[in-house]
Amino acid sequence: MELLGLFNYWVFAVLLMVGFYAVIAKPNMVKKLLGLSIFQAAVFLLYITMDKVEGGTAPIIQAGMVDQVFSNPLPQVLILTAIVVGISTTALGLAIVVRIFEAYGTIEEDETQRLDLEE
Amino acid sequence: MTVLFGIFLLTLLVIVAIGVVRAENLFVAVMLTGIFSLLMAANFFILDAADVALTEAAIGAGISTVLLLGALALTPGQERRLRGGRWLALGVVTLTTLSVLYATFDKPRLGDPEAPVHQHVAPWYLEKTPELVGIPNVVTAVLGTFRGYDTFGEVIVVLTAGIGVLFLLGLPGVVGERKREDLESGRTYLGHHLIPQVVGHLLIPFILLFALYVQFHGEYGPGGGFQAGAIFAAGFILYALIAGEREALAIVSPRLLVTLMASGALLYGGLGVLCMLLGGSFLDYSVLASDPVAGQQWGIIIIELGVGVSVAGVLLAIYHAFAARGH
Repeated sequence: MELLGLFNYWVFAVLLMVGFYAVIAKPNMVKKLLGLSIFQAAVFLLYITMDKVEGGTAPIIQAGMVDQVFSNPLPQVLILTAIVVGISTTALGLAIVVRIFEAYGTIEEDETQRLDLEE
Repeated sequence: MTVLFGIFLLTLLVIVAIGVVRAENLFVAVMLTGIFSLLMAANFFILDAADVALTEAAIGAGISTVLLLGALALTPGQERRLRGGRWLALGVVTLTTLSVLYATFDKPRLGDPEAPVHQHVAPWYLEKTPELVGIPNVVTAVLGTFRGYDTFGEVIVVLTAGIGVLFLLGLPGVVGERKREDLESGRTYLGHHLIPQVVGHLLIPFILLFALYVQFHGEYGPGGGFQAGAIFAAGFILYALIAGEREALAIVSPRLLVTLMASGALLYGGLGVLCMLLGGSFLDYSVLASDPVAGQQWGIIIIELGVGVSVAGVLLAIYHAFAARGH
């Protein structure tokens, strides 16, 4: 039971590397971006896991709460904004992929490199 | 019980993630990403992060799926099959996973109140928020005032990414008059499907109302500008999907979108400068009213509005940029 308290971190480690595998091993650029967002989500999970306090609740202080334990608000703030930044940067990446497809006719990385060498 | 439920959700999360990476059909991968985000939101909720769960559900499961589909419409939907295994990559990934797993045994277990992360500045935030800011939601207080610089930076990053997308893809009517006649002909998306049409039209007013609630109730419950902006954008994207691109752009014109993008960030930064002119430091809202606590609350409402306007503008502009490119 004591070890189960680390389960979230194990999932973080696995998710991180599942995402990273897509980034380094898949030549398809959309797949790379999907891998990058999984990688990113793993980091979000790491931060949010750290905010949890035993017996705590969401950090919203209401009248009549006495001796209520609250979870840590700081990781939540950091990740809240990071999610929005994450989607914006993913969109930027997708826009670049779309332009690469228009220029090369492919979104597979090895093929674009081959086309570059042929020029 | 909650622990077991969490473990169940996390296991599903890993399975879905592996599914995303393995799927050769990118449409399948994108749909799995939506499920991934929804599971992630449920996990965040279990871990007491209500604000983050709301953001992830609105952005990860909603907007991001639409944007990815928009990009897929412009690129091939099938991944080329790999020749041979990627043993080197697999080896690197396995080794790194094992070493990170080894490192986790030094982490404090889930929910440990003695963990270092709970000893630093967080207790101060929880203790001082009622006295210094006087709003119930500590997350909003930290976001809006204690770490207001940080949030300002994030808004600028979002704005920059939005500008980048518009530079790369162009927005009809503003950045170049790209294929305007195609837009005029008004390709409708779901206009000929009765059920999405009816359900969508029924839902949109409530989505927008909910966005307003999330925007202005963010001081009291989960919510705030980031979530509200995303939900607003989702409402308008739904309208664009069922009524067609042209009708949506007739309501929120491209020029208005670009204005929204910039004016939200400008409102945020402008308030910071106003604080300086009133004798405080940048983004120190205490000087905005005679009572410092009231000043803080005014400041938070205004910057949350700026954040909401900017995020809604950027997300909607990005969506339209992808959609217009497809015509």
